Amino acid sequence: MNLQIAAQINSFLAAFVLLTAFAMLVQKRIYSLIHIFAWQGLLLSINTAIVGYVANKHHLYISSIMTLSLKVFVLPYILHVLVVRLKIRKEVETLVNIPMTMLIGLALVIFSYHLMAPVSELSHLITKSTLAIALATVLIGLLMMITRKHAVTQIIGFLAMENGLFFAATSATYGMPLVVELGVALDVLIAAFIFGIFFFHIHTTFDSLDVEQMAKLKEGD
Amino acid sequence: MMLGRLVTELLQVALLVGAAPLFVGWVRMLKCWTQGRTSASLLQPYRDLAKLFSKDVVLAENASWIFRFTPYLVFGTTIIAGAVVPMLTINLPLAPIADVIVLVGLFAIARFFTALAGMDIGTAFGGMGSSREMMVASLAEPAMLMAIFTVSLANKSTSLSHIAEVMYSGQSLLKPSLAFAFIAFILITLAETGRIPVDNPSTHLELTMLHEAMVLEYSGRHLALIEWAGMMKLFLFMALGSALFFPWGIAISDGPLEIAGAGIIILAKLAASGIVLVVIETGLAKMRLFRLTEFLGSAFLMATLGMLSFFILE
Repeated sequence: MNLQIAAQINSFLAAFVLLTAFAMLVQKRIYSLIHIFAWQGLLLSINTAIVGYVANKHHLYISSIMTLSLKVFVLPYILHVLVVRLKIRKEVETLVNIPMTMLIGLALVIFSYHLMAPVSELSHLITKSTLAIALATVLIGLLMMITRKHAVTQIIGFLAMENGLFFAATSATYGMPLVVELGVALDVLIAAFIFGIFFFHIHTTFDSLDVEQMAKLKEGD
Repeated sequence: MMLGRLVTELLQVALLVGAAPLFVGWVRMLKCWTQGRTSASLLQPYRDLAKLFSKDVVLAENASWIFRFTPYLVFGTTIIAGAVVPMLTINLPLAPIADVIVLVGLFAIARFFTALAGMDIGTAFGGMGSSREMMVASLAEPAMLMAIFTVSLANKSTSLSHIAEVMYSGQSLLKPSLAFAFIAFILITLAETGRIPVDNPSTHLELTMLHEAMVLEYSGRHLALIEWAGMMKLFLFMALGSALFFPWGIAISDGPLEIAGAGIIILAKLAASGIVLVVIETGLAKMRLFRLTEFLGSAFLMATLGMLSFFILE
């Protein structure tokens, strides 16, 4: 595979990662949200494998397989089980309306493009142009955590941010060392379990996963 | 040489005017099949038009010249648009009169006058239809222009013939910006031609109408012209999509054989796009009017993402 084609496939995948980030940002139904999250994981995994092939870094294959198993199957499965157990059926509520969220998201993409333009100039990798997309994915995940009221969607936003960081690592430096990646993957997995336990506790205490309910914890007034 | 090109141009306009009802008949036929109904003949739209042409025009007493003038204007602008979009060949002699931005403007003129005509009579449904149509237009047009700018940037021209030529040569393959622009274009086509998630073309319930409510007062040949123009608009959007994103099969030189081949290929492409349209329409329900902002907002988002990814990734 020559470099030109690899770079093109890489930017195509980057574009679709950004697309899934936006899809998550505007998706109201929680099951679809989990599905889109799984798709984003799949795109990341393919991208990592391609970068690994082009850059001839074999440890990227391992992290690609890890991404595939963890972010495409295990995490969505855990989230799915959580949603079923906690009987979350209704549509996710957002704080800001959807078109407005989209516009903020677009502004974030432009911002990260501006921020990353000088950094990309310094890089000689074929994946350098996807840096801005990676940063935008992180920021959109953050925006998702801010605009959603529901604890489960906030966690998906957090995981989407982690996806963005992973994507940034692959495109900026051809991936972190394997030890670091193993550690991060384990962290995310453990975090998902802990989140699950927390969700059950929040649910039994407040009878809802709406984080606004936690304002009740304030003393006084 | 010039004469040959003029003949091609005339052929193309004739194809648009002649085949648009056939295309609508095909779409209706497929739709009947997917819904398990027996369909009317492919030629039914022609019969409807012939019936309308033979009927008398009933005009409201207070109808002004705008009301009578609009059907001809809508029909005329659609034909001009049809003379500009490359369907048979990219060497259209009339192509320099309008680039893709003017094309959007032509559709906007037709829509503007239809909205005026809807309000002209002063019935409640006409005014309601006009205001809804303008709401959709105000959201769809920025998205349409954004998608077109993206395609123009990627192909370095706003001339439709030139865009088709560059796309044909295959230099712009595998560009993410074009993929985004294409998705945006599909969403906008559904909105602009009044297809299902936005508007239901076959509705008989006035309260849910968008485009139909505006032309509710038309009858006879006026209605025939407006309906015909609507069919041509659907045909044109499909042809425009094919010229912008899939121009393969279009004639590059002026040979009569090539142009005949291009004619067959464009009809095949339209038949295929009819299938796609019906699949989309069957899979979706009509949206509430106030959810259209989300639908068209995502079209705008796609188009803008396309433009951004052009700058970031290419």
